Amino acid sequence: MTNATTLAIQGLNKRYEVKGQALPVLQDINLEIARGEFVSIVGASGCGKSTLLRLIVGLEHEYQGQILLDGQRITGTSLNRGIVFQEHRLFPWLTVEKNIALGLLNSSLSEAAKRVTVREHIELVGLQGFEQAYPHQLSGGMSQRVAIARALANRPEILVLDEPFGALDALTRSHLQQELRRIWQQEGITMILVTHDVEEAIYLGDRVVVMEPRPGRIRRTVPVGLDHPRERQSRAFNAIKDEVLAEFGGHGAELLEPSRPRAEPAIEFKPWQFAI
Amino acid sequence: MNTSHFVPRRLRGWVLPLLLLALWSWAAGALDSPLLVSPLAVWQRGLVQLAGGELWQALSASLWRDACGFVLGAGAGLAFGALLGASRGFERLVGPSFHTLKQISLFAWIPMLTMWFGLGEAAKIAFVALAAFFPVVLNTCEGLRGVPREWLEVARVHGFGRWQLLRRVIAPAAAPSIFTGLQLALIYTWLATLGAEYLLASGQGIGNTLIDGREQFQIDLVLFGVVVIGLVGFGLNSALAAVERRLLSWRERTVARY
Repeated sequence: MTNATTLAIQGLNKRYEVKGQALPVLQDINLEIARGEFVSIVGASGCGKSTLLRLIVGLEHEYQGQILLDGQRITGTSLNRGIVFQEHRLFPWLTVEKNIALGLLNSSLSEAAKRVTVREHIELVGLQGFEQAYPHQLSGGMSQRVAIARALANRPEILVLDEPFGALDALTRSHLQQELRRIWQQEGITMILVTHDVEEAIYLGDRVVVMEPRPGRIRRTVPVGLDHPRERQSRAFNAIKDEVLAEFGGHGAELLEPSRPRAEPAIEFKPWQFAI
Repeated sequence: MNTSHFVPRRLRGWVLPLLLLALWSWAAGALDSPLLVSPLAVWQRGLVQLAGGELWQALSASLWRDACGFVLGAGAGLAFGALLGASRGFERLVGPSFHTLKQISLFAWIPMLTMWFGLGEAAKIAFVALAAFFPVVLNTCEGLRGVPREWLEVARVHGFGRWQLLRRVIAPAAAPSIFTGLQLALIYTWLATLGAEYLLASGQGIGNTLIDGREQFQIDLVLFGVVVIGLVGFGLNSALAAVERRLLSWRERTVARY
């Protein structure tokens, strides 16, 4: 693994216009991420961590400063940057297999190579046998695995994950954290994880970036430096956890309230009334 | 004794119709009035209509009218609704007019349609098409507009072009709503077909069968016509429900319930 910087964020500022007033969301963010690194970002709600991810992926634009991927300024979305959202966002009319294949729609691979890639990624997330299942037949954890497979199918240079396990139950979450660690080590893809779960951040990250809100700033970066697989009960693990939580001034638990999972995009069916 | 198991669950829907049929038979016998004939007489009238070819003639004329109106109205409705849903500018331009027009009772159009198209086939088809137009426009527009932003972002992240976005995300996401519109249109066009035949009483059709029955004081013919109309409506709805189950099998619920 080389230590070359792949993503460089320099002097990043982002503000929204709210009722004609500028509302700063991110202020002077500086962050360098090495190829193959796993960076966790934690922070209270409103600290702009999701906005930061959306800027990296290119879903948000108009920012001051620089976001450079391999020296190139990021403008708009690209297949070399993937994202996993908090909600799985699978298309309910497509099977697992076709949902993953849709991620490859604009890939330069041949049709045969795409089929192989889809199969490989179904295996990668351990969903063999569910190729023909529809999203409504899957559990929340399985759906999120499909979403990870879809995001990875293009072999992006960077994968960002926006509270991907926030809506899952504790058991499924801890299982998927192990899975994600395995996938990261196996695939060697640079990953940035936003989470409200300090344990998750330390379990997975090479570094934990602590952000503070209003406006969103980086407060501190805590290196983890433990070998994988990490033992959550170990003294070293908990020392780092205390160190991170200390950044929240003792009432970390309150500040780190999870952002509420958004409801599944629902389509309303209304019989339209009109005069007859 | 537990009476809830007296009739098997699958057959319970038949209990009320059969009871009503029995009541009808009994009442027709007891009253002995020309205003109420027995189900048997209706059945025999039906056989006569079927054998003489009158039924088929009337029914095919009505169904043809229904189909023409549906295709014209729903086709125009799909195009108009898609424009209304896709373009904010178009919505601002024609939206208010459209939402005003849709409040006009369908039957209020008849005098105008007859002045434009006469009393013949053209006016009837125009009337039927109008009945299909409104629900299709509204549901198509709503379906396109209701595509969740979350899905559009997935398309952006994967670099979908305009055509890919339309074909892979917007069209399937809007399909259930569009289908609801078509379903409503199918029901309304059948109602409108009968309305057109009854109000513009020239030519053939199952509606004219009803008029003939009334004028010749043949209550059995009128009742037979009513039964046929009900069965056709039921058949159309079931057919569309079957198509929907095939096309939208990924959904667990159905819109075929109106």
